Amino acid sequence: MRYISNTAAQQREMLATIGVGSLEDLLAGIPPKARLSRPLALPPAMAETDLVRHLRAMAATNADADSHACFLGAGAYDHAIPSPINHLILRGEFFTAYTPYQPEASQGTLRSIFEYQTMMAELTGMDVANASIYDGASALAEAALMAHAVTGRREIALSRGVHPLYRRVVETYGEGPDLRLRDVPLGDGVTDLDALRKAVGDATAAVVVQYPNFFGCLEDVRAAGEIAHAAGALLVVVADPVNLGLLTPPGALGADIVVGEGQGLGVPMSFGGPNLGVFAAKRELVRRMPGRLVGATVDRDGGRGFVLTLQTREQHIRREKATSNICTNVALCALMATIYVSILGKHGLRRVGELSTAKAHYAAAELAKVPGVRLRFGAPFFKEFALELPKAPERVVKRLLRDRILAGVPLKSFDRTMKQSLLVAVTEKRTREEIDAFAAALGRAVA
Amino acid sequence: MVDVPEELRYTKEHEWARVEGDRARVGITAFAQEQLGDVVFVELPKVGATVMSMKTFGVVESVKAVSDLFAPLTGEVVEVNAELGKKPELVNSDPYGQGWMLVIKLAKPAEAGELMTAEAYRRFVESAAH
Repeated sequence: MRYISNTAAQQREMLATIGVGSLEDLLAGIPPKARLSRPLALPPAMAETDLVRHLRAMAATNADADSHACFLGAGAYDHAIPSPINHLILRGEFFTAYTPYQPEASQGTLRSIFEYQTMMAELTGMDVANASIYDGASALAEAALMAHAVTGRREIALSRGVHPLYRRVVETYGEGPDLRLRDVPLGDGVTDLDALRKAVGDATAAVVVQYPNFFGCLEDVRAAGEIAHAAGALLVVVADPVNLGLLTPPGALGADIVVGEGQGLGVPMSFGGPNLGVFAAKRELVRRMPGRLVGATVDRDGGRGFVLTLQTREQHIRREKATSNICTNVALCALMATIYVSILGKHGLRRVGELSTAKAHYAAAELAKVPGVRLRFGAPFFKEFALELPKAPERVVKRLLRDRILAGVPLKSFDRTMKQSLLVAVTEKRTREEIDAFAAALGRAVA
Repeated sequence: MVDVPEELRYTKEHEWARVEGDRARVGITAFAQEQLGDVVFVELPKVGATVMSMKTFGVVESVKAVSDLFAPLTGEVVEVNAELGKKPELVNSDPYGQGWMLVIKLAKPAEAGELMTAEAYRRFVESAAH
């Protein structure tokens, strides 16, 4: 990146070119009311050593996954991040402000994206995956728009087991094309299939289930798919790709589109972003897919090469009839995921799933032994589960911070009927000591 | 000069119509396919759909552009050229024959009188080219 200077002499030259006397004259058109009449309230500049000390002291007041035992989930997970990821992404070829897509200059970048797409397609059991979308929520919203475009229908039957914030993003995206969301309730932690059957009909573009769902429970994806397909609708499955090293790929269960949050694949939680939106679909839907797609091809000498492909779907060519208005991807996060999956491999990723689910089940059993604490749902769960607490979860969470434990996510902010519920996630990183300490601290907090 | 068969009727959007009784077969002209270049995908409506005169009924995609397809006449789609799903290049190689797109059952047969004759379309293309 070039440094562009802006000296006083250059400012004078620019002002003279456009015929303005001073910077103050240039801003004269802005009403005085809208302008700040005093200098910004900034403290005096610090020496570098003082500044670093100051920022470190501020950072130390955070409770993060390095300083605390993290049982937070609800869409972002504290999976282990192998150290080669950070080392490799900092290389200048990758660590740029913008993804260079020109094939003549960017074979390395394009190839890494192609590898990413291949991995996501294999994990989800789909034929084709795009170069990524901003996050899981926007990936789901794009899937809803795509289902509407494919079927010409407007209703989206959305299970209550889908992340509530994803639902809100779908609502926002659906406003323009007038999509209508139909709520499908849960029965004991998983989608009520009878209610789903009633919610689905001639107007349904897609049925959406999450697997495992927001509460950690394992949905009957195959049954949801049969209901969707019988009505001529698509099945959209929201899935965390980390879990798909162990769980059956949604593609094998009838999914037409698979989306998800890929943060768990080597991307730090970073207090909520940047994240990684995974988007994959069946081959016959490829022309309706949103986002960038990298394809493998051959050059005129027969050598293998990589290019952006099927760009006529996209906004810079198809204008207002484009499949989506996304014209980019989250290349650096996708690269992290690519390196992560390469390092772990098939067996490593499976092991992450096995350890996470085994530790989650151990934690659920230990935590449920605390008097007054019980599991909220009876349905089988994967690495996350909801607890019913005898005291307000917000207060319990606050109390456990003192023991350096991030106990989980109170569900009241998502659903007012769940004011006693705490969502707890357990990854392969959690140790038996941490889980036992959590159970002991929870016992003290609710006693 | 590009091929403009005498027996067809034409639109300003470069579609042709072959009216036979209460039906019309529809495609895009040789001039249109030449301008588009290699056609790689054609998106057509389903049989049973209604198309409206001079409203879009589909999309044709070439290696360099995407264009809307406009229905020359109003009516119900009674046939769709499924072959184009596998061989979109037929639009290039045989635009007036195997590259046809739809057969419409006409709801307003009088509309055909408003379409251009071969002579008028030829003049239209020539003036557009200059």
